[in-house]
Amino acid sequence: MKILVGIKRVVDYSVRIQVKKDGSGVETGGVKLSINPFDEIALEEALRIREKGVQAEVVAVSIGPADVQQQLRTALAMGADRATLVETTDAVQPLMAARVFLELVKRENADLVILGKQAIDDDCNQTGQMLAALWDRPQATFASAVELKGKTLRVTREVDAGLEVMDVDLPAVITTDLRLNTPRFVKMPDIMKAKSKPLATLKLAELGVAPAPALEYVSYAAPTPRSGGRKLESVQALVKELRDRGVLS
Amino acid sequence: MTIQRDVMQYDVVVVGAGPAGLAFAIRLKQLAPAKTVCVLEKGAQVGAHILSGCVMEPAALDELLPDWRKTPPTICVPAAKDEFALLTKTSRYKLPTPPQMENQGNFIISLGQLCAWLGTQAEALGIDVFPGFTAAAPLIEDGKVTGVRCGDMGVQKDGTPGPNFAAGVDIHAGITVLAEGCRGSVSKKLITEFRLDADRSPQTYGLGFKELWHVPGGRVQPGLIQHTVGWPLDSGTYGGSFLYHLDQDRVYVGFVVGLDYADPGFQPFEAFQQFKNHPSVKPLLDGGEILSSGARTIIEGGIQSLPRLEMPGALLIGDAAGTINVAKIKGVHMALRSGMLAAAHVAEHGASTGFDTRWRNSPSAKELRTVRNIRPGFRWGLWAGLVNAALETVTFGLLPWTLKNHADWSSLQKRSAAAQSADDYVTRTLPPRDRLASVYFATTTHDEHQPAHLKVSDTDICATRCAEEFGNPCTRFCPAQVYEMVEDGGKKRLQINAANCVHCKACDIKDPYEIITWTTPEGGSGPNYQNL
Amino acid sequence: MNKILVIAEHDGAKLNNSTARAVSCALAVGGDIDIAVFAADGKAVCAAAGKLKGVKRVLRIARPENQAPLAAVLAPQIAKLAAEYSHVLAPSTTFGKDVLPRAAALAGAAQVSDVMKVVDPYTFERPIYAGNAIATVKAPAKPCVFATVRTASWSACGEGGSASVVDQTVDLVLPLHSRYVELKKDESGRPDLQSAGRVVSGGRGVGSKENFAVIYKLADKLGAAVGASRAAVDAGFVPNDLQVGQTGKIIAPDLYIAVGISGAIQHITGIKDARTIVAINRDGDAPIFQVADLGLVGDLFQLLPELEKELDKV
Repeated sequence: MKILVGIKRVVDYSVRIQVKKDGSGVETGGVKLSINPFDEIALEEALRIREKGVQAEVVAVSIGPADVQQQLRTALAMGADRATLVETTDAVQPLMAARVFLELVKRENADLVILGKQAIDDDCNQTGQMLAALWDRPQATFASAVELKGKTLRVTREVDAGLEVMDVDLPAVITTDLRLNTPRFVKMPDIMKAKSKPLATLKLAELGVAPAPALEYVSYAAPTPRSGGRKLESVQALVKELRDRGVLS
Repeated sequence: MTIQRDVMQYDVVVVGAGPAGLAFAIRLKQLAPAKTVCVLEKGAQVGAHILSGCVMEPAALDELLPDWRKTPPTICVPAAKDEFALLTKTSRYKLPTPPQMENQGNFIISLGQLCAWLGTQAEALGIDVFPGFTAAAPLIEDGKVTGVRCGDMGVQKDGTPGPNFAAGVDIHAGITVLAEGCRGSVSKKLITEFRLDADRSPQTYGLGFKELWHVPGGRVQPGLIQHTVGWPLDSGTYGGSFLYHLDQDRVYVGFVVGLDYADPGFQPFEAFQQFKNHPSVKPLLDGGEILSSGARTIIEGGIQSLPRLEMPGALLIGDAAGTINVAKIKGVHMALRSGMLAAAHVAEHGASTGFDTRWRNSPSAKELRTVRNIRPGFRWGLWAGLVNAALETVTFGLLPWTLKNHADWSSLQKRSAAAQSADDYVTRTLPPRDRLASVYFATTTHDEHQPAHLKVSDTDICATRCAEEFGNPCTRFCPAQVYEMVEDGGKKRLQINAANCVHCKACDIKDPYEIITWTTPEGGSGPNYQNL
Repeated sequence: MNKILVIAEHDGAKLNNSTARAVSCALAVGGDIDIAVFAADGKAVCAAAGKLKGVKRVLRIARPENQAPLAAVLAPQIAKLAAEYSHVLAPSTTFGKDVLPRAAALAGAAQVSDVMKVVDPYTFERPIYAGNAIATVKAPAKPCVFATVRTASWSACGEGGSASVVDQTVDLVLPLHSRYVELKKDESGRPDLQSAGRVVSGGRGVGSKENFAVIYKLADKLGAAVGASRAAVDAGFVPNDLQVGQTGKIIAPDLYIAVGISGAIQHITGIKDARTIVAINRDGDAPIFQVADLGLVGDLFQLLPELEKELDKV
C-alpha cells in the first residue's frame, strides 16, 4: 500500500506573529519554522497504519524552497520511508498545491493520501478537498478516527453536531483533525538514520502542472484590538443589554 | 523499572549551543576534522533560550570565523556612542564613561541570532547539532565522566511513561564539554561531584531582564549605548540598566540586579519596570510596543569564584564556568575564546587534563584578573563600589588583594531584621502590566502533561518557616511568576506554575533554604526568544 | 449584476442558523441571491429559506442521493450550478468547509475561506495565523468566486423575504465511493466548548472545585459550554480540557461570560474573537474589563444567582 503524506513548512505555532509595519506581510525573518502540526498528525496516522501490519510505504511530500528539505528530514526521522520535495520559491495556494499533489499521486500510484486539515499559516482548509475533487476520489475530512477494513476506510469525522461516521473506498484522501492522534517524538538515532533515507527533489516547472487561478493577497493588518466597554450597575442592566444586542435570543 | 535506552557514540559531546559550545565544536572540527562531535541544545531551536544585552567585542569571532562580517546577523549595529549616568527618582546625571564601558569597534547584536548563525556554520562542518534535546544528567563511571544521559520525553505528570514515551539516549563520549551557560544543571552536579569549587570564593550571580521594543519614529539613535546606576535601586543593591539603540526604530532595554540583595521583599522585575518609567527613559518608549522579552541569570563571581575547569572526562567552558567579564558586562568574547582554547586543547591532547592550567595562563584569565575586585567592591554600597572600581581601573587590577564573594542564597535578611523597604517608586504606565504579561512575550511553552521541572525538596517550609522568616521571596524574584502561595482549604500552599518558566535559574540560586533545584524539562520546552 | 448562490446548511428538517449568516454576507456583496437546498425532500427547509431577507429564489435540488451532506455527492452538483453564478457562498461550518473547496476545484476556481468582511464584490478580509493577522484578498472573477463565510463575523440576515421555491434538476451521475453511516450526536447535553455559541468560564476567583457548580449552573441556564482559565485548571478546579487560552482552546463564541477571571493576556488570546465578552469580577481593576464589552463588578456568588433569576424572566 502506498501512503502519501503532505507536509507543509509553516511558522511554528509558538511564534507570536507580527504584521509588517507597511502591511505587506507577516514578519518571517529569523522565526522558527516547523512542520504544520496537523501534518505531523497526518504522518503519525500513516505510520500507525503501517505499524498495524499493513504492508505500506509512507512517502512524505512537500512543496517549497530547497531548505524545506530540513522538515522532510524530520518527517523521515519520524518514520517516513521516502520523501519528495517539489522545489519552488513561489507562494503556493491550495488549488495549485492540489494540482501538484495530484501529479505526485499519479506518479506514485498512491492508495491513500493523508493531509492536515489546514495549515496554521493561511488557515485555508482546502487542499485535501481539492485534491480529492481533481483525483475524483473520496474525501474524509476532519478525521478523528480511521479504521482500515480491506479496501475501505471507516472514518469518524469531527463535525459541529458531533461525530459523523462515513465509509470511503480506497484510493481516498483523509484530512486530519487535532484529536486523531498524538504524534510521536523524534528520536536522536532516527535523526541520524534519516540522513541517508531517500529524499528526491523535483523542480515545480518540471512537473508540467498548469498554473491555477489564485487569490491576490493585497495587504495585511493586525486585528483591531478590543477596547473595554461599559461596567454596568446591576444584573438587570446586564440582561437588558444582552437582550437588546440580540445575544440572548 | 528498567528503561531500554539507545546509545550513541561520539568523540566529544557538547552540552549547550551557546557561543562557548558552538565555538568549541567549530574550532575542534577546524583543527581535527576527523573527530565526531555532537551538540545538545535544550531549546527548540539554536538561540531559543539565550539572551544577553548584548554588546560584543568582535575580535574573538574574527579569529574563529573571519568571514562573519560578510553575513552578519540581522541585528548587528556598530557601537556609536557610550553614555553612563546616575539616576535619582526624578533626574539623570551624566557621569564619565568607565573605560570598561567604552565600546568603539564593538557591535550591538542579538546573541540568539548569532548563535543560530553559528549553529548553521557548525552543521556545515559536519557537527551534529540536536536542538530540542536535553542533557538531563551526566554519566559517570569509575570517577570519570563518560558522557550524558538525554532527557526522557513523554513522561506524564505523575512521573510514569505516557503513551508517547521516548527514553532519552545515552551519549557516550571520550570528552564531555559543559557549555550550559550560567548555573547549568549538569554543570552544577559535576561541580559538586568533583568538588571543583573547593577553595574557591562562593559563586555569586545577577538576574538580568531584557525587552526588545519598537518605538515611534525619530527617537532611536542607532549605536547609542546607555548604562545607568542608581534609581530605582537603593545604594545597597547592585545593579543597573542598559539601553541599546538598534536600527529600524528598535531598542533593547534591560536591567540587571545582583542576586546578593538583602531585602526579601524586593521584586527585581518591578525594579526593571520602574526604570523604564523614569522621566529620562519613558519618552523613548511611550507609545511603542514590546516585541520580545526574557530574563536570565548572569554569573558574577569572576576569577575568584571560577571553579576548576577540568575533571576526568569533561571540562567546563563559557559561563557554565563563569568567564564573563562583569566589569565590562561582556561575556560573548570570553565564551568564544574559552571554547576555542578548549578545542585547541582537546585537539592536541585528546583529554581534559591540563585545560584548567592552560586557561589560567591565557589572556582571558589575565583579563578576568584585572577586573576581579570590581564587582565584589559593591557590597560596600554604590558609592564605595564606584570608588573601588575607579581605583581598580587605574591600577589595572594589580593591587595585591582579592576580595571574596558571598553566596546569594544566604544574603537575604530575615523580615524582622530587614529595613522597612521604602520603595522609592513611581506609578508606572508602560507595558507589560505584570510578570504574566511579560512572560507572554517570551513565548515560553511547556507541554502541560509533563512533571513540573522545578523540584522543591520540602514544600512544608514554604507555608511555615519561609513565610515567617522571609515572606516567600521566590514569589517575588522569579521573573515569570512561577511560584505563588495560594489558599487551599484554609491553608496556604506553594503552587508551582512550571509552564511559565523561562529557564533563568534564579530560583536555583536565590532560595534561602537551597531547596529548589531546577531540572531540565522535556526537550524543546521553555522560551522561544525572537531577536533577543 | 452579481448572481450569488448560497448553499444552505440543514439537517433534513430545519434550516441551520449559519445559512442566514451566509446570506448576510451575500447581501454585503450585493446582487441577486439564490439559496440552494440539497436534500432528499427538503420542502420544509426550502420554506424556511424562502423567508430569509433578500433572497430571490430557493432552488430545491431533491434526489435520494442528497439525503446525507456528502461532499463527493453535493460538490459536483454545486460546481455545475456555479456556471450560472458570479459567486457561490457557504457558511464556514464543518459542512461548508467540507463541501465548498471540492466544488471550487471542480469548477477550476480558487476559494476564499472564512470571509470576515466584504470590501467589494471581489475583495474580502479573512483571518490568517489563527486570527492574529487579517489579510485582504482579491479573488479573480472568473470562473466564479467561491467563498466560505465566517459565521462569528456575521449576524443572521433576519426574515422578511418571500422567495419563490423552484425545483431544480442537476443532471449528473453521482459517485458511490463515499457512504454516510451515522451521526453520533453529543449526548452530554452540554455543547462542545470549541464550537459552542455561548460559553461561561470560571477562573481562580471561583475558589474551589465545589464552587465551580455555580458556573455549570449558569451555563446550563444559557445552554452554554463551560470553560476555565489556566489558573482554575492549575488549581485543580476543573480538568484541563476546559482550559481556554493561549495554551488551551482558542474559541470564538457569540457570547463569552468570564466569571472570576482576571484577564491575563494568555487568556485573552483565547477569547479575543468572541462576539460579546461579559466580565464578572469583584476587582474593578482586573485587566479583563479592558477587553470586556460589558462588565459587572461584584461578588460572583451573589451576582450569578441574581443573573439566573433575571434570565428566567421572559
